[in-house]
Amino acid sequence: MGESDHSRGRPLIGESVLRLEDRPLLVGEGRFLGDVSFEDELHLRVVRSDIAHGVLRGVDLDDVLAAEGVVAAWAADEVAHVPAIEFRMTGLDELRPHCQRILAGERVRYVGDPVAVVIAEDPYLAEDAAELAFVDIEPLEPVLEATSPEAVAPLTLEHEHGDVEAAFAGAHRIVELRATVGRHSGIPLETRGLLARPVDGDGPEGDRVELHGIAKVPHYNCATIAAMLGLAPGQVVGREGHVGGGFGIRGELYPEDLLVTYAALKLGRPVKWVEDRREHLVAANHSRDQAYQVRAAIDADGVVQAIDADFFHDQGGYVRTHGATVPNLSVALLPGPYLVPSYRVRGHIRLTNKTPAGTYRAPGRFESTFVRERLLDRVATEYSLDPVEVRRRNLIPAEAMPFDRGVSTLGTPLVYDSGDYHRLLERLLTHVGYESLRESLAQRRRAGEMVGVGVGMFVEKSGLGPFDDVRVRRLDDGGVEVVTGAASVGQGMETVIAQICADVLGVDYADVSVRHGQTDMIGRGMGAFASRVTVMTGVAVYMAANELAATGEAAEATFHTDHMTYPYGAHAAVVRVDEGTGGVTVERYIVAYDVGRAVNPMLVEGQIIGGVAQGIGGALLELFAYDPDGQPLATSFMDYLMPTVAEQPPVEVLLSEDAPSPLNPLGLKGAGEGGTTACGAAIAAAIDDAIGRPGAVTALPATPELVRSLLRT
Amino acid sequence: MTEISAADVAVPVVLRVNGDEYRITAEPRRTLADALRDDCGLTGTHLGCEHGVCGACTVLLDGEPVRSCLLFAVQAQDAGIRTVEGLAAADGTLHPLQEAFWRHHGLQCGFCTPGFLMLSAGMLESCPDIGDDELREALSSNLCRCTGYQTIVEAVQSVRDAGEA
Repeated sequence: MGESDHSRGRPLIGESVLRLEDRPLLVGEGRFLGDVSFEDELHLRVVRSDIAHGVLRGVDLDDVLAAEGVVAAWAADEVAHVPAIEFRMTGLDELRPHCQRILAGERVRYVGDPVAVVIAEDPYLAEDAAELAFVDIEPLEPVLEATSPEAVAPLTLEHEHGDVEAAFAGAHRIVELRATVGRHSGIPLETRGLLARPVDGDGPEGDRVELHGIAKVPHYNCATIAAMLGLAPGQVVGREGHVGGGFGIRGELYPEDLLVTYAALKLGRPVKWVEDRREHLVAANHSRDQAYQVRAAIDADGVVQAIDADFFHDQGGYVRTHGATVPNLSVALLPGPYLVPSYRVRGHIRLTNKTPAGTYRAPGRFESTFVRERLLDRVATEYSLDPVEVRRRNLIPAEAMPFDRGVSTLGTPLVYDSGDYHRLLERLLTHVGYESLRESLAQRRRAGEMVGVGVGMFVEKSGLGPFDDVRVRRLDDGGVEVVTGAASVGQGMETVIAQICADVLGVDYADVSVRHGQTDMIGRGMGAFASRVTVMTGVAVYMAANELAATGEAAEATFHTDHMTYPYGAHAAVVRVDEGTGGVTVERYIVAYDVGRAVNPMLVEGQIIGGVAQGIGGALLELFAYDPDGQPLATSFMDYLMPTVAEQPPVEVLLSEDAPSPLNPLGLKGAGEGGTTACGAAIAAAIDDAIGRPGAVTALPATPELVRSLLRT
Repeated sequence: MTEISAADVAVPVVLRVNGDEYRITAEPRRTLADALRDDCGLTGTHLGCEHGVCGACTVLLDGEPVRSCLLFAVQAQDAGIRTVEGLAAADGTLHPLQEAFWRHHGLQCGFCTPGFLMLSAGMLESCPDIGDDELREALSSNLCRCTGYQTIVEAVQSVRDAGEA
């Protein structure tokens, strides 16, 4: 436990106190998955398809089994009784035939598709032996574009409200746009991994298996693994340790989680698997990769009366745990912070022969925000208005809150709970000195530089329910223990939960220990995703701590909600384009973000600045490209380019608390994703402005190659 | 199929890490990172890519920051190695860089942190008055996926400015 700067009894909600998590991480005492070992552990290596699409004729493991140190090796027939991995969210029957089995049996559908496992006494020997597997694949033509007529088409999500036809019939102008967002993903610095350890049970559950390396949704994953392997729910126990970044992709249930657990149970020894980076780049969830075609009906004042949108969502080779979550969010949040009285959308989910896709920080919003903001910029051009003025004319006014969008997402009605979007925009513009900034950039352009500014706005979502449970009790040593079914992915949740608890109880937050991710300590838990922990777990601990304060007894509380909260933001980017190379440098980045109420402003700013780095990556650098045979071209960090400190501009964060959520007693909204959401939109607009070509950037990432091609045409 | 087993080609290696001596047996192909983590039990050094880009495995070899995933353990024989476990004082007092990363919120998940700490320590020890541009250039050696780097730069600058490293 770290030392604390704060004395007892001082209000803690709203204070930028230092993190409780940091000391072990600073001194090399972190317990990430790779750091956990047991005496007699075995090591698992996955044999993967190196063909994007094909008929799997057979897997010959004879040489593997004869290799030094090998204990076992299996192909699909060994685990044929294990069902395909089900949806955790947004499951739809039409998608179910496309769920992934834990080993491919008849077809392989992407480079990286697991076809066999090798278990050996040593990780080097496991890797040596895996190279001896002979995987006989008869290649088939791969499908590499979601828009291809060859792509399997399980489902189109559709939504319509208002009178779209009438709006287009009466439109002053119709503005059209095609735009695409490239395939990229979260890429946490710690790769995936799992260590399954069978333990003799003396309790009613009998023998059990402990899972180290479990993350994000420990209760769900343990229960699902148990069900898939024919165990009782309590027989699979989650032992969450440190997690080296989440971003949506880490901690979902993947084939490897089942393979490792199965192997440990079958062999009766601990089995450890640590993914290498090449595997991660072809096997962990990809994301984004949506192509849009949009029409908008605009009235004489530049106000959008209707949007009619089609988009193709490239799901990759299988539908994984997120089901239709990402396109569902695109459908719901495309209109963003603007009135858009009439709206029609068709989201076409398509399967291709690429790595399967899932959520990544601001899923469906990074993509739809790019498209919507590009559309508003196009309106500005056609009406000869400043882009900011077009936004002013279209924003939902504060007095319209709460604002029912007339659509549902993630099983909840999309009702913006609170917000003053105009006020936030003006705060951003005042901070940057918008008019004088535009003038100074114009001067620099006249002097020969290619520099410009762009603005993007968005509504985020956070605090997904439906519940969180928390137990709070006083310990004999004077401390307080909080037990929760939430999880840590490195975001600082222990500190935030301790702050709220300590604020209520009038104790030092450093005396509050937060226990999470241990599935045998609490009956159920939702984990950490959708920017939910501060809202859901935070309110639950607030309730439980208040009860403890009132009764003096250990307390339990459950916070239920059927609604999400909706934070919102505005980004501004200033960029410089190198005319010779097409390279884009972000000179300055500003994020205005309303979080309702910040429990720890330092941590909120940390989330936003980190989110901007990932957004810049998606806007300018990161791309999972494929060759015509479906071979992935980004399988190392030499090819998959993430921002370093050299690419990251100074980020200015304007944190506001204008619009506390009316849906919870603390007014909380989430902070995890709003740093990322509008990066593509703002940077694209800034590049347009810099090169003097309104509307030029319609694809992300805006690589030097792409910008150079714009400069030439 | 090879006739030679891994054990046959292993050689004795002496690693001097944080002032302690570790006598291990390692195949010539065993990376320094794996030897530190698995043979010496010093798991503070992390592996993020194993191909020399991310820098999470950075340690100091005779004072120079190096990628321990790109060195074999046998290459580190006779060198003085420092890892994150050796930064804090014996009584637990944090090194000024550790203290600064904490105070400036220079870490979130903490996975890249040992690499950034060792990179920064090596940089400031060899160049205590390093300028801001050179400091940023040096820190661009490593990847962080959580923080956006701003607070890491601020933390390292604060230690440089205080002349503490």
